[in-house]
Amino acid sequence: MSENTRLADMMAEKAGLVSAIVARIKTLDEAFAYTLDVCDKKEACQLLPSGCESDLSAEAGALCETKLGKIIAAPGLSADQTRAFGEACTKAGVEFLTEGMRSHLAGIDIGFTIAEAAIAETGTFVLDSRSEELRLATMICEVHVCVVPVSTIRETSFEVEDYLRQLAKDGPSYVAFITGASRTADIERVLAIGVHGPLELHILLLED
Amino acid sequence: MQTARDLKEYRGELKSALDNEFLRTAMDNFAVAYRASRAKAFAGMDVDGLVRDIAMAKDQAMARMDELLAEFTKNAEALGITVHVAGTGQEANEIIGRIAQNANCKRIVKSKSMTAEETLLNHHLEDLGLTVTETDLGEWIIQLRHEGPTHMVMPAIHLSRFQVADLFSDVTGTKQEGDIQKLVKVARRELRAKYAQADMGISGGNFAIAETGTIAICTNEGNGRLVTTLPRVHVALVGLDKLTPTITDALRVLKALPRNATGQAITSYVSWMTGPSECKAAPNGTKEMHVVFLDNGRRKLAKDPVFSQVLRCVRCGACANVCPVYRLVGGHQYGHIYIGAIGLILTYFYHGREKAKNLVQNCINCGACKAVCVGGIDLPRLIKEVHARIQDEEGHPLQSSLLGMVLKNRKMFHTLLRSARAVQKPVTGGTPYLRHLPMLFARGQEFRALPAIAEKAFRDQFEAIRPKTVNPKYRVALFSGCVQDFVYPEQAVAAVKILAKYNVAVDYPQDQSCCGLPVQMMGERESSRSVAEQNVAALDPAKYDYILTLCASCASHLKHGYPEILGPDSKADSRLAAKVRQFADKVIDFSSFVRDVLKVEASEFRVDGRKATYHAPCHLCRGLGVTEAPRALIGLGGLEYLPAEEEDVCCGFGGTYSMKFPEVSAELLKKKLANVEKTGAELLLTDCPGCIMQLRGGLEAKGSAMEVRHLAEALAERLK
Repeated sequence: MSENTRLADMMAEKAGLVSAIVARIKTLDEAFAYTLDVCDKKEACQLLPSGCESDLSAEAGALCETKLGKIIAAPGLSADQTRAFGEACTKAGVEFLTEGMRSHLAGIDIGFTIAEAAIAETGTFVLDSRSEELRLATMICEVHVCVVPVSTIRETSFEVEDYLRQLAKDGPSYVAFITGASRTADIERVLAIGVHGPLELHILLLED
Repeated sequence: MQTARDLKEYRGELKSALDNEFLRTAMDNFAVAYRASRAKAFAGMDVDGLVRDIAMAKDQAMARMDELLAEFTKNAEALGITVHVAGTGQEANEIIGRIAQNANCKRIVKSKSMTAEETLLNHHLEDLGLTVTETDLGEWIIQLRHEGPTHMVMPAIHLSRFQVADLFSDVTGTKQEGDIQKLVKVARRELRAKYAQADMGISGGNFAIAETGTIAICTNEGNGRLVTTLPRVHVALVGLDKLTPTITDALRVLKALPRNATGQAITSYVSWMTGPSECKAAPNGTKEMHVVFLDNGRRKLAKDPVFSQVLRCVRCGACANVCPVYRLVGGHQYGHIYIGAIGLILTYFYHGREKAKNLVQNCINCGACKAVCVGGIDLPRLIKEVHARIQDEEGHPLQSSLLGMVLKNRKMFHTLLRSARAVQKPVTGGTPYLRHLPMLFARGQEFRALPAIAEKAFRDQFEAIRPKTVNPKYRVALFSGCVQDFVYPEQAVAAVKILAKYNVAVDYPQDQSCCGLPVQMMGERESSRSVAEQNVAALDPAKYDYILTLCASCASHLKHGYPEILGPDSKADSRLAAKVRQFADKVIDFSSFVRDVLKVEASEFRVDGRKATYHAPCHLCRGLGVTEAPRALIGLGGLEYLPAEEEDVCCGFGGTYSMKFPEVSAELLKKKLANVEKTGAELLLTDCPGCIMQLRGGLEAKGSAMEVRHLAEALAERLK
């Protein structure tokens, strides 16, 4: 077994333990298709109540009403990737965003990102979050889909230390380690997923 | 929060907490689940090595706190962060209030920060007319209830879903049901609106990394990420103890913190913020960022030779998770703002003597917290130190000084015990228990039968039973401790029988006295030191291969307590310190001696097939780290061992603790006996006479047929 395969397997296992959904893909186009599929099914099944169906105060309820249609946000992609994914979204009838998250604080359906690195032993991926749009897209979405290139997976956090340090020395930075979906156990220690951020996390291991 | 004026009021609060059924069940479930998930999270890791590394790195960092502060400030300011240092909590609050006013902020969202709880920041900001919303679900819940947290990681662990539903009904103006998943979603929507409106975000900081000027925070909910992203101003309030030299140090703590806190390998989010980030709500597109460091006694602590180690604390809350007393009474009764064992200590330093003086007495000294601390902080010892300091400052209570005075004079102490035997007849009614205690002593003690003083003390029986040996295999000095000497001499007699059979020369130096643990527990340092010196003089370590004791508490105090009390860091001269080291090295507990030194074999005992279960004394399993020997001996000794649940949880004795807090002691005993009786064993074995006093007294009081024996007795009875 190659080192890459070993780390990818470990990443898949550990991320699975914190209820991330892990899939393997060979190209970025597959990732776009996967994401649109999730978006399509999500809408059909209404599996993810995000709270708007509850009885809320007027203020919180008003914010719910601003959300219309299906939205995918992917603010961190290259120009080519943006064009390709954007076209696919338009074809599927899904609104595609790369900016303006502040006007969508009520929520978007999917936030799509590509990780810089990953830590296999905890099932964590590392996201350069300097862009405010990216930070918001990954928090206000109901589903976060993140592509993790297999070549970037390391076994321990100490192996991404140099990356963290380099980014910090290059000027202001904001880096996130993300492991599983947003969770809480604050009421009677009962696990509840999606208290503030995504209700679902998908990790797509890209064989590069 | 502590409002009790004296111990009596504090005990009253404990009683009402003990009556809270929901709290008790919730805490029980948590205590059991936590152990399993923690063990799983650390499986396969070198935990001791990790704890050592963290302790060493933290100690080194705290020794150069100001240097790290300067380095952090230089790097942070170069990035555009404004760094503030507050001497006190009030100062920190004022700084943050001014930041808000200068930036014209009105609405604030906060992610969880124990440091902000410490300074009571919200009160100050609200007094300035600002709206503050906690966004961590648990913190929001307790904010709505206007109360403090009951756990550092799970602040609302004391509340039921129905209490939360009632609160949320008020917030939304519509009736909410007690469905947890739905309640969480209601919070999601309600708080989302708060983020959208906020102009200032306040976070804490798990790490302030000097080499890069980075603030890192760990959250599970992701609220930290929103709090530090949406508002145009970000203030991080961070204790000076969170300064850490490098990213490596932070990553190392990160390996331990979530695992120890909640049994997670890592929190869902770890955000590394280096400098002000992009913010489209800010006039120039960049966030206004401030870091406010809080001293509030931390600089002084860093220089304190005894207490500096408390700054190793990473705020995981594990010391509360495993504390048997916290489990019974909850965080409002087991802390002021900081909860658990670390809270008992920090309260004194951060919130003063008045808030700490009752709390600090509520430690049963079982050592569960020390065993689980990822900073390797010697929590029980430091709690006793705080207690001693408070007594030195406020004056010692009469009871405690009297005991100290009596113990210092061995002859007077032993004469008193002998006179007690002479006059106890009217209260024993001829049984081995004190049946008719005068009300003064009996208050709260109905849960157990207290034993009578034995007819003949062990010290007066020893010469007659001293083993006659030729070319003995080992020379052993027996340290009986007061309970075996005067209450249960038969246990020591049983041990002597075994030692004789294996050709061990035994000596019982008559000048030995109480080990001193009771006075150490009561904060009587001077008398604790004095009896330690007497015992080291009485049992000259040079003359023996081992100093054997059948009392787990004595053993752990002699082995680990004495070098602290009389060691090189104390006022003792170097010759005494060396002798104490030698003394401590030779101390051994009964089970380890019999199994590992004498290497007894099953063929040497009669098998009678009786079923026995075991209670692991705190000071044996954690104090000395002895866990296998006693359990192995049960089988070797011809008995069938039936493990009980939670064998290593305290029985509630705790020496003088059970006299001071009888209600807590009684509850711990009740739980212990329930676990023991569930095994169906006829015999309960243990190796500490203090635990035996508690366990036997409890079983006698409830009329149970189960017998309690010291392992030495069980073995001696079956010796061929």
